[in-house]
Amino acid sequence: MDATVPSASVAFTPPREGRLARLFDSKAFLVAACMLPTIGLLGVFLTYPLGLGVWLSFTDTTIGSPGHFIGLDNFVSLAGDSVFWMSVTNTIFYTGTATIGKFALGLWLAMLLNHHFPFKAFIRAIILLPWIVPTVLSAIAWWWIYDPQFSIVSYVLVNVLHVRSSYIDFLGTPWHARWSLVVANVWRGIPFVAITLLAGLQTISPSLYEAALLDGATPWQQFRRITVPLLMPILAVVLTLSVLFTFSDFQLVYAITRGGPFNTTHLMATLAFQRAIPGSQLGEGAAIAVAMIPFLIAATLLSFFGLGRRKWMQGEAND
Amino acid sequence: MTKLTRRDSLTLGAAVLGGTALPALGARAQQAQAPADIPIANVPPPNFQPEKGAQLHVIRPAKFIDPDQVYWDLNTKKYTEQTGVPVRVDYISWEDLRPQTAVIANTGAGADVVIGFSSDPFIYASKLVGMSDLCDYLGAKYGGWYDLALRYGQKWRTNDWISLPVGGGTGPTVYRKSWVQQAGFDKIPADLDGFLKLCQGLKKIGHPCGFSLGHALGDANGFAEWALWSHGSSVVDENGKVTLDVKPTIEALKYITELYKTMIPGTISWNDSGNNKAYAAGDIGLTFNGVSIYYVLKTSPDPKLQAIAADTFHEEVPLGVAKRAPRTATIMNAMLFKHSKYPNAAKDYLRFMMEAPQYGPWLSNCIGYWSQPLKAYGQMKFWTEDPKLKPYAAAMDTIYYDGYAGPITAASSAVTANYTIVDMFAAVATGSMSPESAARQAARQAERYYKTA
Repeated sequence: MDATVPSASVAFTPPREGRLARLFDSKAFLVAACMLPTIGLLGVFLTYPLGLGVWLSFTDTTIGSPGHFIGLDNFVSLAGDSVFWMSVTNTIFYTGTATIGKFALGLWLAMLLNHHFPFKAFIRAIILLPWIVPTVLSAIAWWWIYDPQFSIVSYVLVNVLHVRSSYIDFLGTPWHARWSLVVANVWRGIPFVAITLLAGLQTISPSLYEAALLDGATPWQQFRRITVPLLMPILAVVLTLSVLFTFSDFQLVYAITRGGPFNTTHLMATLAFQRAIPGSQLGEGAAIAVAMIPFLIAATLLSFFGLGRRKWMQGEAND
Repeated sequence: MTKLTRRDSLTLGAAVLGGTALPALGARAQQAQAPADIPIANVPPPNFQPEKGAQLHVIRPAKFIDPDQVYWDLNTKKYTEQTGVPVRVDYISWEDLRPQTAVIANTGAGADVVIGFSSDPFIYASKLVGMSDLCDYLGAKYGGWYDLALRYGQKWRTNDWISLPVGGGTGPTVYRKSWVQQAGFDKIPADLDGFLKLCQGLKKIGHPCGFSLGHALGDANGFAEWALWSHGSSVVDENGKVTLDVKPTIEALKYITELYKTMIPGTISWNDSGNNKAYAAGDIGLTFNGVSIYYVLKTSPDPKLQAIAADTFHEEVPLGVAKRAPRTATIMNAMLFKHSKYPNAAKDYLRFMMEAPQYGPWLSNCIGYWSQPLKAYGQMKFWTEDPKLKPYAAAMDTIYYDGYAGPITAASSAVTANYTIVDMFAAVATGSMSPESAARQAARQAERYYKTA
């Protein structure tokens, strides 16, 4: 009996691949399959509402009636609406001043917190409080602080310190009201800026400051030449986020003034809500919200490209 | 949902009041007989035979005082016991009610009966079952409907009922009698000159008046509408054409500018709780408001607040050139949607709730938070037992409504929700705009909505 096996004739042939197996071997398919859930989630929760909002802005939909496509009519009508333009300038003013305030104070606070002092961790945690408290709650607190009859600030100034004879009308005139809202927004936004910048500051090597000190650099020069450039990448990100948050702010203004006195503190977000939901003009409200998009994109691009796109960010030397 | 947040302020009083009023509720609510003080005509009820296997889902505005819900629930339970039709009632917060109604109307599913606010039935008119059979019966049996009920229940310029007005809440003058007397007046003058003099007098003695001119949906719109209507002006005419930019409006603007000088500072930024707080603190001596201020004070355990309650009186708002009270009311307006599988049961339920044995106790325990749309209920003794309630008894006895004198449409609610009239007065009162340009601008703003309506 021949013990040898005719090995050549029974060489292993792999089983024929099923279509499914081949499909799953295809890289393109796998990529698509793995991304599908994400695309689905984004589609359902992001693209659909956004798309619906954009669509609504081109219709005359009201609460209770489906509405028809009317092209750019909503935008044309808004272009002739002084309240809308007031809300645009208010939003730009509010975003601009509040962002400057938040960054000036936030950076200052971050640099203070970057030093060693007792109860450092505890105080850093406390700093976050305005950011942690739900905005609606802090808005109500500010609303009390600004109350024309029951303001704690007025009470202290008039009844305790006797430096004023009458209560301050925080929200009664357009500019008082605007600045009051900016202060409330700055108060709320500082912790976010301070804590993120603090994180950025801690990545800067102390040896740089030591070297600068040996070269006889003044504190201002250290700040200007070491802190600011090295902080720039994180500054750009924080600034972008902060501008976006401030631009689309709703709760503070809605809880404190509801856009009053006579619409002089309406932001685009609050006006969009007022027109769409209580005013039942869904199409017009959506148009105001859509009108925010170009501003938001511009602000994002500006802060990102203006501040963030340095060569050294890509690992090259700065010019 | 106009006048919404005037009611919000009522929440303050709700807990306090409910606590004291409740123990007696159970026993009294069980009475099956109609209260003896309601004149009832002998009219046979229409035959709403509930469908076989019928069950109902009802949504209505959340309570602000406990008796509102307690009696509503008791009456509903009684209905189920008598007819075997199960009824589920959901109480929806005021802010959420309107969006929910919109969803129910647009999807054609959900509650059979929606008790919404004033103008809502007009927005969904094509989706509603007519109520004429029910409302004609109720009107014949209970002494007829007040004008405001006709306006908010019937389709414009017809006698067809599209909804059933269940009750209304209003805001007449609330004042401190001793201070008004100190200012030299026995009562609140019904003429505008006298009213201005009274407010000047109140300011002189250090107890000024206060009316919101801020973005306070209920209070500020109510005040601005009073100013307009009492001068004979209105946002639109009977055909829905904007008629704001006229002489009476200019006069109203000038009048409010004078009145504003007599107010406590800061009313420009008051929301709906502004006058409630200032009145309870003794900072103001006169305002327009719902019954909430009075009841919060009256039911407070604090003797200081009780003393203010004793000195607090109510009076109809000054008429000016108007013949009828130039103020409106927030209406609880019941709609029956066509998608309901049990329209007969729904109408029978609503009929049952509006009949004297049920409606009477509910109304009298709502103590003026809600007032009757049917005149017979105006005869109930509780309205006169506490004479201070008198102006609230007449809540729906007026011809004025949001969007007077035009048809009720989405445009009228948009003008209210956007504070168009309030802002016109506020801008002039603070000297930011001349009366003429403010009137012109407000007219333009109103036209943006009336054009599309």
